[in-house]
Amino acid sequence: MTPQIDDRSARDDSGMRLGRIRSLIRKESLQVIRDPSSIAIALVLPVFLILLFGYALSLDVKEVPLALVLENPTPTATAVAGAFKLSNYFKVTMVSTMQEAITRMDDRSIDGIVRLAYDFDRALSSGGAPIQVIVRGVDANRGRFIEGYIQATLGGFMLQPAGGQAGAATGTVRIQSRMWFNEAVDSHYFLVPGLVVLIMTLTGGLLTALVMAREWELGTLEALFVTPVHAGEILIGKTVPYFFLGLVGLMLTASAGKFLFHVPLRGSVFILIAVSGLYLLVALGFGLFISSTTRNQFVAGQIVLMAAFLPALFLSGFIFDLASAPRAIRFVSCLFPARYFVSVLQTIFLAGDVWSVIIPNCIALTAMFLVFFSLTLLKTRKRLK
Amino acid sequence: MQAHASEPEVLNCKGLTMEFTDERKQRFKALDDVSISIGRGAVTGLIGPDGAGKTTFIRLAAGLFMPKSGTIQVLGFDVATHPRAVQSRVGYMPQKFGLYEDLTVLENLNLYADLHGIQRKTRSERYRQLMQMTNLDRFTNRLAGRLSGGMKQKLGLACTLVSTPDLLLLDEPTVGVDPLSRRELWEIVYTLVREQGITVLLSTSYLDEAERCDKTVLLFQGKVLATGSPSQISAIANGKSFRIDTPAPLKPRQLQARLVGADGIVDAVLDGSHVRIVTSGNNPISENPAVEGLTMSSILPRFEDGFMILLRGIAGKGVESIRPPLPSHAVSAAENAENVVVEVHDLFKRFGNFTAVENVSFNVRKGEIFGLLGPNGAGKSTTFRMLCGLLPASSGKLRVAGVDLRQARASARQRIGYVAQKFSLYGQLTVMENLEFFASAYGLRKSRKKERIDWALTQFGLETRIGSAGSELPGGYKQRLAMACALMHEPDILFLDEPTSGVDPLARREFWSRINTLADQGVTIIVTTHFMEEAEYCDRLVIMVDGRVLASGTPMFIRGKALSQKGGEPTMEEAFIGIVEAFRMTAEDVKHDAPN
Repeated sequence: MTPQIDDRSARDDSGMRLGRIRSLIRKESLQVIRDPSSIAIALVLPVFLILLFGYALSLDVKEVPLALVLENPTPTATAVAGAFKLSNYFKVTMVSTMQEAITRMDDRSIDGIVRLAYDFDRALSSGGAPIQVIVRGVDANRGRFIEGYIQATLGGFMLQPAGGQAGAATGTVRIQSRMWFNEAVDSHYFLVPGLVVLIMTLTGGLLTALVMAREWELGTLEALFVTPVHAGEILIGKTVPYFFLGLVGLMLTASAGKFLFHVPLRGSVFILIAVSGLYLLVALGFGLFISSTTRNQFVAGQIVLMAAFLPALFLSGFIFDLASAPRAIRFVSCLFPARYFVSVLQTIFLAGDVWSVIIPNCIALTAMFLVFFSLTLLKTRKRLK
Repeated sequence: MQAHASEPEVLNCKGLTMEFTDERKQRFKALDDVSISIGRGAVTGLIGPDGAGKTTFIRLAAGLFMPKSGTIQVLGFDVATHPRAVQSRVGYMPQKFGLYEDLTVLENLNLYADLHGIQRKTRSERYRQLMQMTNLDRFTNRLAGRLSGGMKQKLGLACTLVSTPDLLLLDEPTVGVDPLSRRELWEIVYTLVREQGITVLLSTSYLDEAERCDKTVLLFQGKVLATGSPSQISAIANGKSFRIDTPAPLKPRQLQARLVGADGIVDAVLDGSHVRIVTSGNNPISENPAVEGLTMSSILPRFEDGFMILLRGIAGKGVESIRPPLPSHAVSAAENAENVVVEVHDLFKRFGNFTAVENVSFNVRKGEIFGLLGPNGAGKSTTFRMLCGLLPASSGKLRVAGVDLRQARASARQRIGYVAQKFSLYGQLTVMENLEFFASAYGLRKSRKKERIDWALTQFGLETRIGSAGSELPGGYKQRLAMACALMHEPDILFLDEPTSGVDPLARREFWSRINTLADQGVTIIVTTHFMEEAEYCDRLVIMVDGRVLASGTPMFIRGKALSQKGGEPTMEEAFIGIVEAFRMTAEDVKHDAPN
């Protein structure tokens, strides 16, 4: 028999070892590369989501179908109609009776009615011209937008010296409003940062939730446990590959936002990556925690969708503004890491490196990261039960 | 070799107890006051049926559980307080092998070598040894997931051996593996013990494997029933083992069915064309009415005989035995000798370039038990699925109950029952709900439905389990429930795909008693198995390897094809290995000749 070389002198060490960690990372990376489903979640899904949100879904209100009831086509009334027709915000249909407009409203072919009454001209010259505006209010937000656009258009017309007497001479108060941070009033500006959050949550949470549970199901973890490996090494081995995969997802979404949808990045790229990295760790920690608690891929996947993805969608300020949400909802949203990340990202993209926003949110994220990792470490002691 | 003079024992446990909570929040003891010690350099077998506590014991030894009470020391370390010291010195192969299927053979080895901190320069030599030993040297770059069952098991073993452990823990290493691979695994284990002084502790529910161990520990319901060498266990049955000749009109399996569970008889199994029985001690054989008028001769006891005596002693009535009445029309199959119900002729199945079933032909007659034997991947299940109309055949003729199920499904489906390999039950439904569902699925209603469900509950001894969820049932019960569901509509032909895989010896005996009863009632049974000894229960069988039929006929005829190594009547396993090796030899020749 061959003499045995005892290379096991260092086998009783209680700490972690770099060699083992490196080996676990290599193993995990090979698995990622060979498993089409991780690639799909990490790279195809972000691209799909950004194209979907970018091109198909938009919260902007544009080309609102509008009926203009012109009961008496006098020159002034026609000029008002012209102002609506020229606007980008409206697609105007001219009708001559209110009845006709209401029919169109009922069959949903228009979203608003502007009625210039028969005596519009006369009323205008006597100082108070009534214009009836009716807006479809099913979607209240959209309704308010439309109302705002109509008022702006009418206001613009009133300020034109067309009538002469209504304008500058009387010296009325004029509002000069300006949109800050989103000058173009483009919803992509706030959707893209939100999308980054959504994608990070998915890649971070879902990937790790599935892979750890998979190892429990296949029994590979059991074999791994009966080696000198440290539970922390297994966790690090699981985290690192998905961390980088998540960063690639971030690059994809951030570049798509910048170059496809022209969202400005006013803060520094470095801060963006650093904060995203931190959030990614929180998401990974959450995924690992769910995964090592349930030890079942299906259940883990469900929980990540319910407890991470949906809150990231609805409770983060990504789509629905948190400031106008009820106090209880706002409180609940504080329990989910996504809201902190959304605040930071919207700031970095649209306002710049505003430390008073970045620092408190990052502290919250760091705390969450620590909680998830300690919980996971507690759950993943090298025991089966 | 590192000397461990201070360690008299490799493993030592005292009063080891382990408790778990089951699905209904009830605590039960998986291990109860177990004290064992294992010396250096031998193969110790943990033997017992499912649920005996074998896996729990091995996991405790590997430091994967904390014992409820008692102590366990491995290689001089207390496992509870120094798990990692133990884990870096033992090799452990769990039941599922613990391989990463999307890594190659070499990558799997590298991972375990890295985790054990094996230095690069010593690796290549170690790998060479291991690959040679396991015959995997040609496959180092193949993904583990693409290996056959036997190769996976050997790779799993190789991964546990990269660090040259002092103790090797193998949890049911041979489950679901064909006889050839099983034999190879045992050869590797012996080599390890002999040449490298590794101590091996393995668990198995195959009683024939117990005889290959140096020492055995018999576990039953968490308690140690006995410990000793296999010959000591066999000796318990000294003077109690007999071989009975089958009297003319009966088939051996019919005689066996009559003897099993009879008073004074502990065990009755088929042994070639004879029936082998073990009698209980306090009942002299001459006074036993069950064997009156039969010709019997005393034979040397084997491990299984002693084990059954011990088990019946403890379990008593706990182990169910079904004693079917002798069939009223004793030789039903003979009457129907020409009544062919399943006909397969020149059957082929190709998946792309791969031919899964090649030129397979056989006939099955009414009331017969017909077996398809072969290792994993032989094409048994594929043939089955084609017979049941689940898969189209690439070419060939196929008739089940006179029709091709692929074309005339609706009517013919009523005449067959099918139990799939994994027992397709609804895990979240209770036993009763499963039965009700399948009864409705077969179109049974009202009183007829109730009648069949009652029949199923009694026939399969499921009354006590009505409310248990399918997934909570022990393996043997799952299999019974699956059979009950498949028999709801009283089919003429029953297809059973690997019904005894993962089922312990006691449950397997029950299973075959039931099959016997069914066959005697005129149900035709077609069954696949990789347990060679089960071939004896078949009236006729075919042996399939690599998609081809290598032999067909009665068990006696097939055994006759091989010459025993020990002399005398060859066992089915010997016959099988002989047939397969002869075939592989010719196949190799063809491959070598081909390029010329």
